[in-house]
Parts: sequence; C-alpha cells; structure tokens
Amino acid sequence: MITKQERQRIQTEFQEKMDYDELLNCMRCGFCLPSCPTYIESGYDEAHSPRGRIALMKAVVDGDIEPDDDVKRSLDMCLGCRACEPVCPSGVNYGHLLEQARDIIYQNHDLSATTKAIRNIAFKGLFPNQGRMRTMTGLLGFYQRSGLQKAARLTGIMKILPDNLATMEKVLPEVPSLKQLKNRPDHLPSLVPQKKKAAFFSGCLMDSMFMSTNDATMKLLQYAGCEIVIPDSQACCGALHGHSGEKQQAKELAKRNIIAFEDTGADYIITNAGGCGAFLHDYDHLLKDDPAWAERGKDFAAKIKDISSVLVELGFDELPLQLPDQVVTYQDSCHLKNVQKTFLEPRQLLHAIDGVQYVEMNDADRCCGSAGIYNIVESEMSMQILDYKMKQVETTQAKTIATANPGCLLQMKLGIEREGLSDTIRAVHIVDLLLEAYEYTRQPVGS
Amino acid sequence: MLNDKVKHELISIVGADNVQDSRASLLVYSYDATPQFQSMPDAVVAPRNTDEVAEVLKLCNEHHIPVVPRGSGTNLSAGTTPVEGGIVLLFKHMQDIVEIDEENLTVTVQPGLITLDLINAVEARGLFYPPDPSSMKISTMGGNLNENSGGLRGLKYGVTRDYVMGLEVVLPNGDIIHTGGKLAKDVAGYDLTRLFVGSEGTLGVITEATMKLVPMPETKKTILALYEDIEAAAEAVSSIIAHRIIPTTLEFLDRPTLKVVEEYAQIGLPTDIEAVLLIEQDGPQEVVDHDIEKIAALCRDNQAIRVDVAKSELEADALRTARRTALSALARLKPTTILEDATVPRSKIAEMVRAINDIAREYKVDICTFGHAGDGNLHPTCLTDVRNKEEIHRVEQAFEAIFHQAVELGGTITGEHGVGAMKSPYLHLKLGDEGIAAMKGIKQAFDPNNIMNPGKMFAKSERKRVVVHT
Repeated sequence: MITKQERQRIQTEFQEKMDYDELLNCMRCGFCLPSCPTYIESGYDEAHSPRGRIALMKAVVDGDIEPDDDVKRSLDMCLGCRACEPVCPSGVNYGHLLEQARDIIYQNHDLSATTKAIRNIAFKGLFPNQGRMRTMTGLLGFYQRSGLQKAARLTGIMKILPDNLATMEKVLPEVPSLKQLKNRPDHLPSLVPQKKKAAFFSGCLMDSMFMSTNDATMKLLQYAGCEIVIPDSQACCGALHGHSGEKQQAKELAKRNIIAFEDTGADYIITNAGGCGAFLHDYDHLLKDDPAWAERGKDFAAKIKDISSVLVELGFDELPLQLPDQVVTYQDSCHLKNVQKTFLEPRQLLHAIDGVQYVEMNDADRCCGSAGIYNIVESEMSMQILDYKMKQVETTQAKTIATANPGCLLQMKLGIEREGLSDTIRAVHIVDLLLEAYEYTRQPVGS
Repeated sequence: MLNDKVKHELISIVGADNVQDSRASLLVYSYDATPQFQSMPDAVVAPRNTDEVAEVLKLCNEHHIPVVPRGSGTNLSAGTTPVEGGIVLLFKHMQDIVEIDEENLTVTVQPGLITLDLINAVEARGLFYPPDPSSMKISTMGGNLNENSGGLRGLKYGVTRDYVMGLEVVLPNGDIIHTGGKLAKDVAGYDLTRLFVGSEGTLGVITEATMKLVPMPETKKTILALYEDIEAAAEAVSSIIAHRIIPTTLEFLDRPTLKVVEEYAQIGLPTDIEAVLLIEQDGPQEVVDHDIEKIAALCRDNQAIRVDVAKSELEADALRTARRTALSALARLKPTTILEDATVPRSKIAEMVRAINDIAREYKVDICTFGHAGDGNLHPTCLTDVRNKEEIHRVEQAFEAIFHQAVELGGTITGEHGVGAMKSPYLHLKLGDEGIAAMKGIKQAFDPNNIMNPGKMFAKSERKRVVVHT
C-alpha cells in the first residue's frame, strides 16, 4: 500500500520532475496500442497500454488523480520494451517518461521488507560489482558441477519454487569455473589485416554466466578485422537500475563506464546484449542535466554499436559461412530494435549462412516477456506473453532460435523447456551461431 | 458515482471482473484521440454478449445513466469521451468473426473486432474488404460502423456504409432488433441499417454486423506527381475522373505539409513545389497498366513537373512514404495537433486549399493540409499548444471559418471523423435548424431518456461554443 504521505510526496515530485512537454506530446491517437504486449495480453485494458500510462502520469501531475496502488500497478506491469516508440507519430520518448515515473515512485515508497532485500541484493550488491558477480556465477558453477544440481532435482526441492523459477533453474547455461571467470583478456589483436579498433563492453551477466558468448563475440571481431580493447575498469551498464527506479545508481555506473572507455581511442564500443546496448546508447539522456558529464555522455553514446551492426559494416556476411541444413528464426531484442534501431543486420547475417533456411516468425519484434527482472516479479503476465511467443516459434518449424540479448536467450530457453521441446529446438545467441558457422566452414574435410 | 444498488445490479449482469470503477480505470477511459476533451465516466463495463448489453441498457434506461459505447478510443471528434459521465461500454469480450460466408460473400462480425483482423482474415480467403481508415490497425468494427469511417480507398470503393448489409442492434429500452441481412435486395420497411451506420452511438448499441465482401483485385500500381501550382494539381484530379478513370486512391499534400514531411523523412521531395498527388489503381493487370499510363499522361498534360511511376512494390512503398509520414511529421512540430476533415465536392479542392491557407494567414495559425483529393476530403491540420490559450482561441476561430467556407462551397463540416462533441456547435451550418430538428425527432423516438452517448451530435444550445476541458 502506498500511504497518504507517500502519495503526496510522489505527486509533488511528479509535478517537479516529470517532463510535461513530453507528456503533452502524446496526442492520444492510440497508434501505440496494437504494438503493446501488455495491452493485448490484458485483454485490451487501456490501463495497461502506453497511452493509458501516459494519461495516468499526466493526471498525477495535473492533480486529477492521486498516485495510488492502481497507478503504480499500471506502471509496474509495463515491460519497458518500448515497442510503442517506433510506431508513435509524435515521437514520444515513452521509455524516458517511464523511467522517471518509476524512479519517483520507488524512491518515495516504502517497499515491503522482502522486496527491498531482493532489490538491494540485485541493484546494490550484485550488479555493480563484477567481482561479486563472478563469485555468484562461480557458486552456480559449483552447484552445477558438484552433483548438487542433480541431487536438488532428484529430491524435488525445486518444486517449492514458483513454476517458472524452477524451470528457469533447469535452463541456466553451464557456467565457467571461478578461475576461468577471473582470467579475462584486456587486449586482443585482429586476426586478419586490421580495419578498425573496437572497445568491447563485456557486461556483467554476459561476462559471467554467458562468458562463452563473449568469447565468441571477440573471436568474430578478430576475424572481421578488429583490434579489441576490453577495459578492466568497466562496470555494469546500469540498465536494471535505470528501468527499476534506481536512477541515481544508474548515473554512477554510467560515469564509471565513461571514464573506463574514454581514452581507449576505439572507433566503436561494441555490445552483444541489446538491453545493455540501449541503455549505454541512452547515456546522453541519462546525464543530460549534469553539465560536467553531458558532453562526455553524448560522445560515449555515439560510439555504441551492436555486434551484428559492426559485423555487417565490416563485411563479415560476405565471408564463407555454412551450417548443416536447418530452419532458423530470429527473436528481436526489443531494445536493440526499438532503441538502437538494429533489426535488419541480424537477419542479413543469418541469411548469409549457407544451409540456413531463414524463416521470419510472426510478431518477431514483440517482446518475449523477459524484460530484465520482469519475468520474476510479474511472472504471470510474462508467462502469458511467452506462451504466445512459443506458438509463433512453433509455426516457423525452426530448429534454432537466434537471439541478441541474454535475457531474451534465457526466456526462449525457458519457453522451449515449458513446451517440452528441448529435444527438437535450441535457443542460441546469434554470435554463437555465427561462430559455429564460421568454424564449420573451415573445419578440415572429413572431420 | 453510481449508487451501490446500480453497481451491484451491473455486477450481477456482467460479473465483478467486468465492472471497473477505480480512479485509475476511470481516468484511462476519460478521453479519446481528440485534443482538449477529457471527462471522467462513473464506471467501465464490459458485457460478454448481446443479452448482457440489453440488460445493461435496460438498467441504465431505468436510472437515466448515460452509456458511451467505446472501441479503441481513436475517435477524432470526442465521440467516445464521456462528457456527461455515466458508463463506458467496452467490447473486449465481443471480438469474434462470427462467420465468413463464401457463397454469399459476406462476413459477420462482433463490434470489438479490430478492422485489420477482419481485413487479414478475409484476404486469406482471397476476398476483399475495402474500407481502410488510417487507424485500421487498432480501430474496431463497432467504431467504424458508428462513425461510418472512410479511408484511403474511399474514392473507388466507398466507405463503411457501402459494405453494411445487416445489423443486430440493442435499443435503449433493451429491445434487440435485426435490420437488413444477406440480401442484395430488401425493401421491407425503413432502411434502419443506414440510419444506425454513422449514428455515433446516439441511438443504440450495434452488437453484430454483416458486411459485404468483394473479390480481391488482381494487382495494383502507384504513381506520384509533383506540381508547381495547386490549380494544376486540382485540374489533373478533375481531368482523370472526367476521362472515366476512378483510381483507388488519389491523395494530396500541400506545400506546408511537404516542407515538414521532407524535413522529417528526408526522402528527396522538392520543397519548392506547391502540391503532390499520390495515385493508385487496382484491378486486372491490363486495366491497371492502361489506367496508370493514362493517368501519368493526364498528369503531364496538366503541368506536372515530374511523374514517378513505381516499378515494383518496393518503389510503390517508397512513394507512399510521403503520404504516410504526413501525420508523423506534423505531429512532431508542436505539442498539440488538431486534425480536421472539412470536405468539399472534388471540383472545389483547389479553391478550398487556397481558402484554408488564407484563413491560416488571417488568424496567424499554422495549418498544413493533406488528404483524400479524389473525394474532396481534406485534413487541414493545425499545429499548436493547448497551454497557449490565446492561440487556441485563434485556432478555434480559424476552424470555424474553415467550416463556413466548406459549407459555402457545397461541402460539409466533417467527411469522416464524425460530429461528436467537438463539432456539434457547427452542425447547424450544414443542416440548418430544420435539419437538426428532424434529426432530434429521430433521436427522441429511439432514445427518449437521452441515455445513449449524450452531449454528442447536438449542441446544447445551437450557436454556443462547447466548453472545453483541458
């Protein structure tokens, strides 16, 4: 429950901090409605649409309604996929409005003790700290390798977890050992005549749980003609914080990253996680009111590029690439598409692989329901969205689902597991598939 | 606020899940796509079938509670804004295609069905439903029927009205009536089907509709013609029709619109020209080829400075970009975008566009005009800011002048957006007092307690301005 006092504080801050021009910029045409997954899955409930949420934010500022639990519910239900932005005739920056509104609510509302504890561990303890992230992942690796995982599954202890968490546990990738996690390169040469210098943003989840995907990304860059620097002092991008109403922490992380990358002299800063990429791409907006950082944020943001976009730019899709015959489909990363506007390049790369029959899935650009920690905190809606997604996947008859973001990848794995299809369909990060194709083409004949 | 007794009776009819009255849920149904109109309803009710609609109406009629039927809320004349409170009626449980009848070429739908879902479903069977309002991705059939929506293909194929064959309607007293049917000919009694189409939810609630389908055209082609002179563009339009060619689409953009479109989309349009025509024709391949060739020649004869014929679907799409991005480009310039739809006989297009530009200058407001030149339906679009009260006043004066001008040229105050609450003060311009009296008589006969969408169509006092909420 939001108390009376909290409501007053939130309302005052809405009036002080919300961008009223942007709220007015919404002309309520409703063109965003068909692109909003929660509007559709809620059975066309306007309170769960972008237009409805903007109307609620504006009404709080105008004093027409109080920021009560229903208003918070409406904002909490948003995936933050930002699919409403490209279709908006007025170009409303919905994502920025949502972040600001959530920040005000969460900074002024006393959460329950459990929720607070979870948020603290995730936002303050774990994600900003790569060392702890490594330790956690190391522990997970120990759990997986020691036989504990098997024992846990046999004893049925997983059954006490909510359904989707228990399934999630099954689909987590086999993670590297602590030693492997600590031994990361900070510089790699190009393996062909060098074309560009790239700085690699390794990401916290990507550089621990999905370390092999990061390795694959760097190999692809080396094959494509990039010298790579990987600044050791880089931090978490801050997306999880920014999207969940912890804006101040996000800003601190942004500054650490700007310092880490500023002097690398790289042509681009490469990411392989659509979610991180979009948030890094938005640093200029995040720091716009901080005179000492605004310009540096802009320079940083201008260099952000997704791996698929760089590979196409450097002509990687013209190299010989081959895989055993299979149908492949692609699930867009919402933020890669809606914020970074990168959606043609991954498809172009998949089309370039001999043996791959690319089949576009219906509504490929609709969110899969992963959305940061959304699939844990709003699991019912998330699973409803995932069920729809899996139906579309099955229609393509794909054997491989390529993704471009760790959250989407895990969610697709979860979907496959839930549908009982783990023997016939696999979900992979697109860079892993590309490396597979590159190496398959170059394996010795007969092997 | 509804009293508890009424609320409980509503819940007993439609179930507790389908009656909402929290502040947040009322707020999100307090508006539609019309700037400057907002008003809270007392409850939001979602009946699950026709019988429940009838029960709800009977209850509201007894207690004199206003009922506002609402689809997706894309209305541009405040037609779905609950200006007098009451109940907003949703159709989220009534979204089915009841039947596609391939023998009689009809489709029967529920009001909550999204227009594009209908179009896709019939096209999958090689059939064609032509009305295509710009909002078709999200607009509902119930909304299209009540507003008699038009669209880009209206010139050749007509509007929603031309495809309605039969309706199931719940009257305010709870009676359920059926009008028309799957019949090519039917003169049994008054044509109530036509009366309900475009009635803006003021007479009853449409709960099912049977629509006519036509065979899918074999192919289509697109051309874009540029003009240095509005007259020449308008003459080209007249000349095409005079040569007995009826294109599917004949769209027009004026110079102020072109300028912002080019600034926004940067697609290489010259900004020193006065007008652009986007023309499409569909039908059998030979006919389309012949018509397009003829149209291109007629455009050149009428002083087009450039005519581009699309060679592929991809190129056609590039040409359509100009028209499609018009609204986006305009909407980005100022916080408030007011889209009007004054309509004149197509022979008066040039005169009307010039008059609009003169009026914009006179009242010192920004108005860009684009629209469906082929059917004389223009969209003068005003870019303004609701916070600037003084400017908003001038905008209202300018639009009033535009309505007067349209009617003077033999046109109307609204071609496809409806009267709603926004244009009710101007209805007398088109109908005269006698016309309004006749319509009020019809309203009185169907809805004596004035529960159906009150405050729409007829202004409270004929010549007084509607009070605007901001």
